[in-house]
Amino acid sequence: MDINPILLLAALMVASTPILLAAIGELVVERAGVLNLGVEGMMITGAVCGYIVGHGTENPYFGFVGAAFAGAALSFVFAALTQFLLTNQVATGLGLTMFGLGLASLIGQGATGSSDLIVGKLNLPIISDIPVIGRILFQHDPIVYVSLLLVAGTWWFLSKSRAGLILRAVGENHDAAHALGYNVRLMRVLAILFGGACAGLAGSYISLVRVPQWIDGITSGAGWIALAIVVFASWNPWRLIAGAYLFGGVTVLQLNLQAEGLKIPTEYLSMAPYLATILVLVVIRAGRAPGSLGKSFHPSS
Amino acid sequence: MREKLLELKGLTKAYPGVVANSDVTFTIGKGEIHALLGENGAGKSTLVKTIYGLVKPDTGTMLLDGAEFRPAEPKAARASGIGMVFQHFSLFDALNVAENIALGMENPPPFSDLSSRIKSVSETYGLPLDPARIVGDLSAGERQRVEIIRCLLQDPRLLIMDEPTSVLTPQEVATLFDTLRLLSSKGTAILYISHKLEEIRTLCEHATILRLGKVVGTCDPRETSARDMAEMMVGSKLHTPTNAGKKAGEVLLELKGLSAPAPHRFGTALKSISLSVRSGEIVGIGGVAGNGQDELVAALSGEMGTGAQMIFLDGRDIGAASPNERRALGLCAAPEERNGHAAAPDMTLTENALLTARTRKQLTKNGFVDWEKAREFARDVIAAFDVRTPGPENAARSLSGGNLQKFVIGREIMQKPRVLVVNQPTWGVDASAAASIRQALLDLAAEGAAVVCISQDLDELMEISDRFAALNGGELAAPRPTEGLTVETIGLMLGGAHDMEPAHV
Repeated sequence: MDINPILLLAALMVASTPILLAAIGELVVERAGVLNLGVEGMMITGAVCGYIVGHGTENPYFGFVGAAFAGAALSFVFAALTQFLLTNQVATGLGLTMFGLGLASLIGQGATGSSDLIVGKLNLPIISDIPVIGRILFQHDPIVYVSLLLVAGTWWFLSKSRAGLILRAVGENHDAAHALGYNVRLMRVLAILFGGACAGLAGSYISLVRVPQWIDGITSGAGWIALAIVVFASWNPWRLIAGAYLFGGVTVLQLNLQAEGLKIPTEYLSMAPYLATILVLVVIRAGRAPGSLGKSFHPSS
Repeated sequence: MREKLLELKGLTKAYPGVVANSDVTFTIGKGEIHALLGENGAGKSTLVKTIYGLVKPDTGTMLLDGAEFRPAEPKAARASGIGMVFQHFSLFDALNVAENIALGMENPPPFSDLSSRIKSVSETYGLPLDPARIVGDLSAGERQRVEIIRCLLQDPRLLIMDEPTSVLTPQEVATLFDTLRLLSSKGTAILYISHKLEEIRTLCEHATILRLGKVVGTCDPRETSARDMAEMMVGSKLHTPTNAGKKAGEVLLELKGLSAPAPHRFGTALKSISLSVRSGEIVGIGGVAGNGQDELVAALSGEMGTGAQMIFLDGRDIGAASPNERRALGLCAAPEERNGHAAAPDMTLTENALLTARTRKQLTKNGFVDWEKAREFARDVIAAFDVRTPGPENAARSLSGGNLQKFVIGREIMQKPRVLVVNQPTWGVDASAAASIRQALLDLAAEGAAVVCISQDLDELMEISDRFAALNGGELAAPRPTEGLTVETIGLMLGGAHDMEPAHV
């Protein structure tokens, strides 16, 4: 056994980032009372768009931005359907996932080959050079830190800001929020767009940093894991980090174990992260879902 | 005469198929406590929503302090000094008191300031409230305080209260009235909607009466009897339920030491309840909500399992029988909460009728639903109990509270049960409809059924029941004949429950 724990922990942060990004977006969506099951579809659309834009402009950061726009655009379809045409959120979300998978496949027809774009790593004097901690925490690409800042920002927004309070109110009891004169649909559409942008960014992180190349079906269920982790975290941004890092950690660990040639069939190792997430989900079941989660709203009174 | 605060001139609002308000004109003075009366569906809610900016009138104008007032949304109404306490609380369970209050304000101060302001207002008006508590954990009275304080923090000039007392205990009602009188003396006008005419007589100085969307009269409630006001609302003579002086027959329902643990954390355990109800008799059970009423209904209807040898119907132990088996044997029940318990809100009235009447009205044939028959039964209930709805294919949710109440009670009565258990049968129902529900209960008993009526309305129990018993902390006192009992003695029977003293109104 020569798995390097420092490298393992460092890899954990990278492996967890796409899930964390997608999950923080979905958390905001759900706190607004909307259940968007289309995370996987928006993620993979983001992955392919990010890859193409990144290579077209030869700048990965344009790729990230493009992916966020692509994810938001796809989520706008969901927003229009569920918020204005009042379609069922579960069915529409599932449809969005399937549509996104197909769309990404179509867009990505010619986009093959591994990515040679360089995403710079953080290199702070002194801090990045601290032994152990520097390697684990402070030598990553900027998106890793963006994801953590997004979590902190979301926490601040939800618990401290006026707009965040209104968003929670809309998700908790949309009829009451409407009676008080808040624009439930506008709030929800904005939340859905934010969720879509986060999912798109998450997808492009996979195709531009983590893998990095475009392959069909590259997100391989990460969107679903993100959805599950939102519930596991009981809609609390800080607990989201724990959930995402647990999944990412087990993923990296099992990859390392596979490389070590551990005498366990690889199928078992591959299923380990999913199994671990489900187990934790079952054991830790705290908190209450937002009161209006998944319910359609029509402003008539 | 008081100085004019708000003038309504010729307000009209029509919805497809129904004119909610038609040429409504009246004036509210500064600091006046003004009652708005009307049956369920008379257009009171639409009118106050218009004032609060939730509904835009088709024609007509409003003048506030002589200037035109046309709120485009509640925000604008609040900015002009209109506050509203809703019938169904517009609160957010998962948020705390301060957050809930901040949501109802235009420019809430930072939370530390807000908390101290909440404290000071709650002390001024005698409404104790802790800003940090989660609203979901509060009692109905405390939740209402949150709404009131939310309005008071914005120094309203007009406070609209839609059925504020329907969920309060008598003591809470007394506290609320003190607060409202204090507000009025400080110059805040109050537009007060309630079905409880006696409350209006003690509180309000002016009343406007609506019928079918039109103003049909005004009066000074302090000098008008409740009966006269009720007749103005209905537009015809009010029918007082008459007791046909029937004879009690053999025992139909018997409880022998009925005990059951509390079904959930906030429930009440039933403690050795013994009671026998005879054919032709109505037994009234009073007590403050939360003393085991819901549990008793659940145990009798079969919704909650109980041990053997506790509940007998015709001398037969039915403790293990399911609700449907009990219905087949002749025991029907109507629980209190109409939305979600007595009725499935998103299902149509026909479907709701089918849900409990399937067995007794034979609405299924060979395992298939006989929709024609179910629809017919629903139509019968609608006609017999004057349920205001376009038809049996409308969702239960679309009915106003009082109308749905008439439907769920009517549905059970129309099944001609031999034993009927009802909880709060006239809750939120206007005076004339309440009278007809009470009459239907009396008629059912006169035909030989045994009726158990659980209610918090002592006047109602005095009016219809033959015997009265108090339920307190899950224990039932021995019933006493109602004849000769006064509300005061009943208050004493509720031993220790001094809350039940009629609010000194």
